[in-house]
Amino acid sequence: MNILEFTLLVAMGSFIAGLLGSLTGLGGGVVLVPLLTIFFKVDIRYAIGASLVSVIATSSGAAAYYVKQGFSNIRIGMFLEIATTLGALGGAFLAAFVSTRALAITFGVMLLYSAYLSRRPRTPEERNLAPDKLATGLRMNGSFPSEEGVRNYNVQHVPAGFGLMFGAGALSGLLGIGSGAVKVLAMDQAMKIPFKVSTTTSNFMIGVTAAASAGVYLNRGYIDPGLSMPVMLGVLAGSMLGVHILMRAETRILRLVFSLVLVLLGGQMIYQGIVGKI
Amino acid sequence: MAWLQNWTDRRIEEIVADLLRAGVTISAFVVFLGACFYLLRYGHAPADYRVFQGEPSDLRNLRGIVHSAKQFRSRGIIQLGLLCLIATPVARVAFSIWGFAAEHDRLYMTFTVVVLTILLYSLLGSGSAF
Repeated sequence: MNILEFTLLVAMGSFIAGLLGSLTGLGGGVVLVPLLTIFFKVDIRYAIGASLVSVIATSSGAAAYYVKQGFSNIRIGMFLEIATTLGALGGAFLAAFVSTRALAITFGVMLLYSAYLSRRPRTPEERNLAPDKLATGLRMNGSFPSEEGVRNYNVQHVPAGFGLMFGAGALSGLLGIGSGAVKVLAMDQAMKIPFKVSTTTSNFMIGVTAAASAGVYLNRGYIDPGLSMPVMLGVLAGSMLGVHILMRAETRILRLVFSLVLVLLGGQMIYQGIVGKI
Repeated sequence: MAWLQNWTDRRIEEIVADLLRAGVTISAFVVFLGACFYLLRYGHAPADYRVFQGEPSDLRNLRGIVHSAKQFRSRGIIQLGLLCLIATPVARVAFSIWGFAAEHDRLYMTFTVVVLTILLYSLLGSGSAF
């Protein structure tokens, strides 16, 4: 395969990665890393570098729209970013003491269980919760344009969400992938934030988590321009399409797509943990 | 006062969105420019990423990348575009400090300063390219 063909094929694969990444709030890495390593036989380190670029591209590209349309909640995002950035620092520190293989397998099993949990839509009672004192004090409650018009929501369980976000950051520091999944789950399942707000706010946040480790990856020589170029451009185009789909799509469908991608990610984590490629 | 708070919140959101879009557009443009040069020059060479060799030192750090891009080397230009992309979320956090300050929201200003400090610490810390 010559470079021109390789570039076009990688760009097409990245388009799908960007589409799924912006729809689910997970970033493109879930699809991109197995695609590059298995299909294109790319070394895992180049794939991780390209995946990092794809996360920042999906996050920034899609967030521009999601923030403008009123989906992403920037207060929730900013507050929880304290936890994720601290967690990422802690994770990098813990890497010397923790077996990443065992961690990957545990995380994979957790993801499969979460995929089952997150498919279930909320009942009307679960949608109309009383305001929580801490969330109100932090001015996190907001509204977003749902399929049935503007809907208000009250954020719950801020400390639990903050703790899970710390875990999400630590996982990204330890495993290099998968922090978006914990971010969405923390907001959706623990903090009871509407699904579209959870995925788009996660999408808003993952760029910052990824940018924090970009300097180290660049210096280690993981970020190759020839590979990252089609990845970035493809992912950006895919995420633009994803944005327009999310605005119209029913939450039920989005939950289904999200849980399918979680199954993929969970399977990947368990596989990598077992063969020791992490 | 509630409407006033919503109005300013809305304004921060608009500006954050514009900032992100500008960052992405600039970096995509630079990467695309580099891609044209790169594909014209190397398009027919074989693609091989099976073995990890790591990037040459002039594509690993800020100074090397800027130098390489100034000489119109295609890979240097792409790498410069990627640096603009990495800078976009950092600029977004930095700007939010100013946005919350304009809104007299001390609490969120503090949160954002904390995030920016940790972010810069990891970005510029030991083993980094910057």
